[in-house]
Amino acid sequence: MAERPEDLNLPNAVITRIIKEALPDGVNISKEARSAISRAASVFVLYATSCANNFATKGKRKTLNAGDVLSAMEEMEFQRFVAPLKESLEVYRREQKGKKEARKDKDKKADSEEQDKSREEDNDDDDERMEEEEQNDEEEVDN
Amino acid sequence: AEMAAARLSGAENRLVSLPLSRIRVIMKSSPEVSSINQDALFLTAKATELFVQYLATYSYKHGRGKEKNALTYTDLSHTAEECETFQFLADILPKKILASKYLKMLEKEKRDGEVREDDEEAEEEEDEDE
Repeated sequence: MAERPEDLNLPNAVITRIIKEALPDGVNISKEARSAISRAASVFVLYATSCANNFATKGKRKTLNAGDVLSAMEEMEFQRFVAPLKESLEVYRREQKGKKEARKDKDKKADSEEQDKSREEDNDDDDERMEEEEQNDEEEVDN
Repeated sequence: AEMAAARLSGAENRLVSLPLSRIRVIMKSSPEVSSINQDALFLTAKATELFVQYLATYSYKHGRGKEKNALTYTDLSHTAEECETFQFLADILPKKILASKYLKMLEKEKRDGEVREDDEEAEEEEDEDE
């Protein structure tokens, strides 16, 4: 499958911002330098992926996991990245977990609200409740 | 969910700035890779950001561009050549040489009839003009 050249490039604006934030204020970055760093970053991803994949293969796995990437960093002599990466990963995992739980809570809340409602109402409203339940199911499918 | 981290808009203090979707495309361009777990994708994106920062600051610190308050291509190619950690970039960040200089070099070689160190001369010529 042929990739268009721009698909393997990273967005210029983001790369530029990362560079600017890393360097002292007011340092000029030539367009050529910026473009070179962007290419280097793409090559880095390829190199890291290949390296991580070796670790996955060694572990008889087909899916690259976090450990593989961290091992790759050590192998590539970027040990300095390992500690900050582990920290970021913790934050990321908490964020992802938080999002999952927020979704779960939202569903739970909808269910319990229903139950409260049915306790207060009489049996005549059974039909209405069933309708709401169906609606909730539909919402889940859409998500 | 995969793009959620990348889609967060606004503040620069988001967890990762590079889009996970794009990182994934690059990773998947390697034929030997089957699948990538979400954490691995995030870590690769984050590592790439750290790499960009490191390459930029290292090159600036060790280069001559800062004499003019700039980061130049030459700073980067010096880094690729001289620093072992960045040697994997040597092929994509080759040293530059002006065509005119190169031609002069070839002529001189012919005249002298000796085999010189191309790199050495190229560096000298290059630094002169920088």
